[in-house]
Amino acid sequence: MSESREEIPVQRPWMAIAQKVGTPILSAALAIAIGSFIMWISGYDALAAYSALFKGALGGPKQIGDTILRATPLIFTGLAVAYGFRAGLFNIGAEGQLFMGGLAAAALGVFLVGQPWILVVPALLIASALAGAAWAFIPALLKARIGAHEVITTMMFTYIARYLVSWLVVGPLKAEGQIPQTEALMPEAQLPRIQGLFSEGALEAFPFLNLGRAHLGIVVAIIVAVIVWLILKYTTLGYENRAVGFNAFASETAGISVQWTTVKALCISGALAGLAGSVEVMGVHHRIFDQFSSGFGFTGIAVALLAKNHPLGVIPAALLFGALSAGAGTMQLEAHVPQKIILIIQALVIFFVAAEEIILWFVRRRQKEAMSHAG
Amino acid sequence: MPVLELREVTKVFPGVIANDRVSMTLERGEIVALLGENGAGKSTLMNVVYGLLSPDHGEILLDGKPTKIRSPRQAIDHGIGMVHQHFMLVEPLTVTENIVLGREPGRFGIIDFSDARAKVAALSKRYGLKIDPDARIMDLSVGMQQRVEILKALYQGAGVLILDEPTAVLTPQEVRELFAVVQSLVAEGLSVVFITHKLEEVMAVADRIIVMRGGAVVGETRPSETDAIGLARMMVGRDVVLSIEKGAATCGDTVLDVVELQVKDDRGLDAVAGVTFNVCGGEIVAIAGVSGNGQSELIDAIVGLRTPSAGSIALKGVDITHASARASIEAGVSHIPEDRHRRGLVLEFDLAENLVLGDHRSAPYASHGFMKPRVVAEMARTRIADYDIRTPSEKVLASSMSGGNQQKVVVAREIGRDPELLVAAQPTRGLDVGAIEFVHKQILAAREAGKGVLLIRLELEEILSLADRILVMYEGRIVREFAGGEADAETLGYHMTGGGGSKLDEGAQTEPAGSAPSEGEVVR
Ligand SMILES: Nc1ncnc2c1ncn2[C@@H]1O[C@H](COP(=O)(O)OP(=O)(O)OP(=O)(O)O)[C@@H](O)[C@H]1O
Ligand SMILES: [Mg+2]
Repeated sequence: MSESREEIPVQRPWMAIAQKVGTPILSAALAIAIGSFIMWISGYDALAAYSALFKGALGGPKQIGDTILRATPLIFTGLAVAYGFRAGLFNIGAEGQLFMGGLAAAALGVFLVGQPWILVVPALLIASALAGAAWAFIPALLKARIGAHEVITTMMFTYIARYLVSWLVVGPLKAEGQIPQTEALMPEAQLPRIQGLFSEGALEAFPFLNLGRAHLGIVVAIIVAVIVWLILKYTTLGYENRAVGFNAFASETAGISVQWTTVKALCISGALAGLAGSVEVMGVHHRIFDQFSSGFGFTGIAVALLAKNHPLGVIPAALLFGALSAGAGTMQLEAHVPQKIILIIQALVIFFVAAEEIILWFVRRRQKEAMSHAG
Repeated sequence: MPVLELREVTKVFPGVIANDRVSMTLERGEIVALLGENGAGKSTLMNVVYGLLSPDHGEILLDGKPTKIRSPRQAIDHGIGMVHQHFMLVEPLTVTENIVLGREPGRFGIIDFSDARAKVAALSKRYGLKIDPDARIMDLSVGMQQRVEILKALYQGAGVLILDEPTAVLTPQEVRELFAVVQSLVAEGLSVVFITHKLEEVMAVADRIIVMRGGAVVGETRPSETDAIGLARMMVGRDVVLSIEKGAATCGDTVLDVVELQVKDDRGLDAVAGVTFNVCGGEIVAIAGVSGNGQSELIDAIVGLRTPSAGSIALKGVDITHASARASIEAGVSHIPEDRHRRGLVLEFDLAENLVLGDHRSAPYASHGFMKPRVVAEMARTRIADYDIRTPSEKVLASSMSGGNQQKVVVAREIGRDPELLVAAQPTRGLDVGAIEFVHKQILAAREAGKGVLLIRLELEEILSLADRILVMYEGRIVREFAGGEADAETLGYHMTGGGGSKLDEGAQTEPAGSAPSEGEVVR
């Protein structure tokens, strides 16, 4: 027995990581492959489509900026959904919390005039996080107290939030003029564009800094993702969140309040979604109106799934979805493939991530074949 | 020709060789007992046979033909049935639904439930496995759930039945019933592999005994050729003290004081109907009773998982009647829950995370809301060494540990916390003889250190050898109290069933009245 001991394979850290990262990458690749098949049977030129897509998403600094721009809110909503999932909660209503966060930033932003940028921006970000948390609080309480399912309640609260914003922008908060929208934010309440931080000279010397409409929200997003990761990994809050998500009975036995943990988790999730709303308002539109979010809250669910609920995984996942939507326009323009095909590809990515077992089955079969060839 | 033969089966997990060139046979109509320490590889080997794991090497022969079994489905098709160490039933579904699951009678996807019920009823009659086909799994006792698992295997047409630690969760009465069933199965030509840690059971029912250690088969014998001591030595590789040496109890201050306690169960009925007792420091008090007589609710109330409807509980003079689970842990109550998978462990957590569960918010493992992974890991390594938890490292997920080693994790955490009161429900469930010896020593050490121990155990043998005082619980009340040396299994059994008017009568009929072995004989 002693001689065979040496053959024991050891689980090395990189193997575990490769396993975690492997399926999402494979899923994305498979989705793109099947997407091209769909284009081919519909009579489109898949190669042209993908090269246009690539051009539109990553073809130059401006395009990369566009990808970043679209990924920014998705990082927040992806984090929101992932954090909830880690407590066993499905916050399907991130969109509603996003609306409330955006509303808080847009409403407060017009009041905080005359204050320096360094105060106003953090204040608005915090306000929008609180607004998102508050919007998740009632569903959280209903869940903890009477067991009302969060999928239903957060969804209903999404409708309330959207109609609330629709009404406010035609009513009390409407700006002067024809268009139903709020007043524009003062410059000190805006998240500046990245390229705006550099001088003309610098931009000429380093053209890759010409990131178009991408704004500082991405920096905030990455910082927040790291914070969420640290919370889950190193704090008792995160430990209890994960414990309850995995096994509520064992958590309860260990003296963790399942109800309180549920409330905290859903509120933190709501706060993260609220931040998505404020970066859109402060970085892109500088005001709120009816259609200011293109379903970022819902796409966040897909992002979280692709990231396997890992806060750092949310960043590349959001960038992928951001790239797909940034490139969709160019693809339609240049290859005449309808933008909707992107939705199909997005759906396929989710399908394959959710159906991880299918992929693992392929992998295992390959491994087995490899092993039987070797021995 | 053997119905089942394994040749050189090898299964490797990261960091462990779970099965190392294992060969064995099973003849028609034979009962083979598979014996071995926790983590010896018994469950893994049987999971390979059942198609849940694929072997890295070696082959499986069924009726002499080499056969590849890739999934449980295929195993079932080949007539292999398995009842797992941890049951795999769908809780909200009924008995019948669970049994026919995957093999539903009927056509075009429409299940013919009357046919299903009739088949289940016929099977249960034929093998004396009494059960209500319409009961929901979650409402059934563990013993009943096991019947469902066995019926399910039989329904699927098993000719080879694998039972992984079937008796770990049963009362002595249920064990006797199970063995009667197994005997009737082999009489009909079925073959049974059965895994256990209870040497007396092996001696009583096995035709042949295969002993594993460290993933390999280390010996094969027959009940007629050995005894419990010899088996224990073969398993562990050293002599094991099967009996317990302990001094007289030294009763210190009262640790736990329960007065007129009433607790309602989930249905709102009085499960505990006015119970008064105390546990003093340096004393082991055991509660004996047939399951379902209020023991679970009593424990829940003491550890803060259930609010009593009346009465009081005090720990060292401090009232904890309405304390939460957290407050009760912080007051010094440790709890080894009855069901390790449901309440004891977070299977998706690694060992270190599991070992700190419940202490994760307090010093030295956390401060100001931050965990201290290094301190936690260090504590985990100490516990792993102290409690002989067999694992490559503290970073292994609890779900990939053997059942007995999972139990050791819970025991290590709860005793290692150094509590004032240890509430231990089935603390040695699924442990091998060596580990049981060790846990007993730990419980006795806690007693020596002046702590209080409340022991709840279905197996009377353990109660009789450990307890200083035994309380018999029946229908929510304490009906008798015995001093440790005063009782024997028979008297206990008598009072546990209400002093004559017996709840257990229906099962006892499977054996001739006069020769029914006492509880003690079965487990000794
Ligand atoms: N899925 C898995 N992944 C990694 N290691 C595993 C897995 N399952 C089992 N092992 C390891 O294989 C070894 C054998 O485990 P197994 O469950 O077969 O033991 P066992 O003999 O059934 O023990 P017990 O009496 O405690 O149930 C153990 O060291 C265990 O940690
Ligand atoms: Mg086992």
